[in-house]
Amino acid sequence: MGILRRNLTAYGFLCAALFCFTVFAWYPMVREFILSFQKTDLINPPTWVGLDNFKAAVQDPAFGEAWLNTVEFTLLALLCGYAVPFVVALVLNELRHARAYLRFVVYLPVMLPPIVAVLLFRWFYDPGPGLFNQVLDFLHLPPLAWLDSSSTALISLVLVSTWMNMGSATLIYLAALQNIAPELYEAAELDGAGIFKRIRHVTIPQTRLILLLMLMLQIVATMQVFIEPYMLTGGGPENATVSVAYLMYQFAFSQMNYGQAGALGMLLMLALLVFAAIQLRTTREDRA
Amino acid sequence: MRRSTGLLLVSVLGISATACGSGEPATPSAGGAKAVTITVACQPARSAPKERQAWDDDVAAFMKAHPGVTVKSTDQQPCFDPKTFGPKLAGGQMETVFVVPVTNYADVIAQGQALDITQYTGAVKNWNDLRADVRELVTKDGKVYGVPNVHYSVGLVYNRALFTKAGLDPNTPPKTWAEVREAAKKIAALGPGYVGYGEYSGGNTGGWHFTQAIYGRGGAILTPDNKKAAFNSPEGKAVLQNLHDMRWVDNSMGNKLLVGWESLMMAMGSGKVGMMLGAPDVVTDVVNKFKGNVADYGITGFPEAKASLSGGEAFMVNPKATPEEAKAALEWVDFRFNTVGKGRFDFARGKANGNPVGVPDNDVYGDSATGKAIQADRVKNASLPVQNYDPYVQAAATVPPKAEPVHAQELYAILDVVMSGVLSRKDAGIDQLLADAETKADAMLAAKG
Repeated sequence: MGILRRNLTAYGFLCAALFCFTVFAWYPMVREFILSFQKTDLINPPTWVGLDNFKAAVQDPAFGEAWLNTVEFTLLALLCGYAVPFVVALVLNELRHARAYLRFVVYLPVMLPPIVAVLLFRWFYDPGPGLFNQVLDFLHLPPLAWLDSSSTALISLVLVSTWMNMGSATLIYLAALQNIAPELYEAAELDGAGIFKRIRHVTIPQTRLILLLMLMLQIVATMQVFIEPYMLTGGGPENATVSVAYLMYQFAFSQMNYGQAGALGMLLMLALLVFAAIQLRTTREDRA
Repeated sequence: MRRSTGLLLVSVLGISATACGSGEPATPSAGGAKAVTITVACQPARSAPKERQAWDDDVAAFMKAHPGVTVKSTDQQPCFDPKTFGPKLAGGQMETVFVVPVTNYADVIAQGQALDITQYTGAVKNWNDLRADVRELVTKDGKVYGVPNVHYSVGLVYNRALFTKAGLDPNTPPKTWAEVREAAKKIAALGPGYVGYGEYSGGNTGGWHFTQAIYGRGGAILTPDNKKAAFNSPEGKAVLQNLHDMRWVDNSMGNKLLVGWESLMMAMGSGKVGMMLGAPDVVTDVVNKFKGNVADYGITGFPEAKASLSGGEAFMVNPKATPEEAKAALEWVDFRFNTVGKGRFDFARGKANGNPVGVPDNDVYGDSATGKAIQADRVKNASLPVQNYDPYVQAAATVPPKAEPVHAQELYAILDVVMSGVLSRKDAGIDQLLADAETKADAMLAAKG
């Protein structure tokens, strides 16, 4: 009883967290699982349809394109969103002046609501008065179609995503970098290691765990890309930016086919579970 | 972590809703009759204070005339939002009486999301004056599921001020696609930012306008048995070739893809777009919601029209409504939306409030006695140059309406691809785009059975 009383506050916080997870994460997941095997209009009692929703989702004309786009977006987002924040963190870590100010500047986009950030980029990308084409014009370069061409639309979304999410990743990398013992760098310097060798032989091994964790988290996060295609391109042009999450939205709220949306959600969850399992295994091996 | 928003949106909104009643428990009124509370959709937004006040006045007048009935209004805009429709209905948040656009009639009725109101239609006093073909759209197996509220056919909305500026005569708007193309070139030549002809390319609006255009040319989206796609046809090719040439040969369509309804409406409201396919309600929306100058806009018939995609909306009743609620809901619809000289047809009040009166944005009563009375009242109180809309009125009467295809939203999503293809790629192969879309549509139709 004594222990229980002592930890009452902790249990209180735990219960609140568990309640939130149950209501906003686990319950919807279970309902989605059930829904993926049902046909429902949310009014009349649902009917069980076996794997029909999965079959319909797979047979949808945009299914293949959505997965290809999602994978391409994820790879491009990793290329930018994974490497760029790490490099920025390295630079910030090396700076001696204006550190706090620059950290604030880097983190600033995270504080903007995503919708605001996305709308800001809609103006940047405008083929007429948009900022990016004005800059290209100033540099005497030809304008780009950005969101209005199937060859540039996806990478344009990646740029938005990278800009919006870079701040958080940078701060996490920075925290990891600051945990590295200075003696390791001093020893490497005494051995004649230059900056790149120090990064390769000290920084990366010392931050390996956080790098792996961030890799997996970013894969899981970027594979659920939704806001950018929803707000900027509507999945176009020519389905070039339709993502799996956007297609789910289309199934549910455009076609009112909630079961099919649930089935596609389950497929996406399965794919993400594979990455999560790899991440767990990798980090466990690392600790061992 | 923000990306989980997408999944959560689908999961939480679409899945975790629970069913509850739509109204409050009925309690006896002072007079002994059963008191009833109904919620009604479409109250004008706070940003339109005069229209909102007129609505609130109507609510007060209705409640005075119907003791025991309490009306609560909701001001969600747009009134019908497919994103929230199903979850609202399932979660008990849907109004007792709500608006459904014609695009969604079939789905809403088929899915049991609207009440069978056959026994209550008597509450709408002018019910028999509503156009029979429009009533048919809300009728299934002899049962009535809605009160048609708006009906229109598609025409060509054009900016008269731009026509004048470009040296064109606004009183002789284009009648053929060749004339549309020539006019668009002249308007685009006014300078940077001017667009001769605006068109959608995504968010299912591209497919929707492709359907309007192909119907207008006499083509079809599906075969008569609805089993196969029929848009890979000379008419479909003509629609795309014309758009391609205007975009890439004439450079008269601007260089920006327009995705979603607001995008083109906003562009039209800016006063720099010359023409677009649209119904008269485009003028109302462009003026009321997108700050367009009402005197600038005119409407004419669909160029070379052979048929016109039907557009409009109906009021439907929540399937969970009690008989008392359903009856009160229909009485409200009758009072506010179907009485000559009252509610929305109180054109004198609309004129006094500065509303654009005179747009022929509703043909739901056709040339019945009620329709003629409404039209006479509209003309009498017109605050707009109604002659700007005469070409449309004359043309619309001669063009047969054509209903939306089955599985419209799925087809529109597929057809968005062909529209965005020709509008985003100079080298787009029209035959290939249509063939690919046809394959996808056939597969979708086969899967749907």
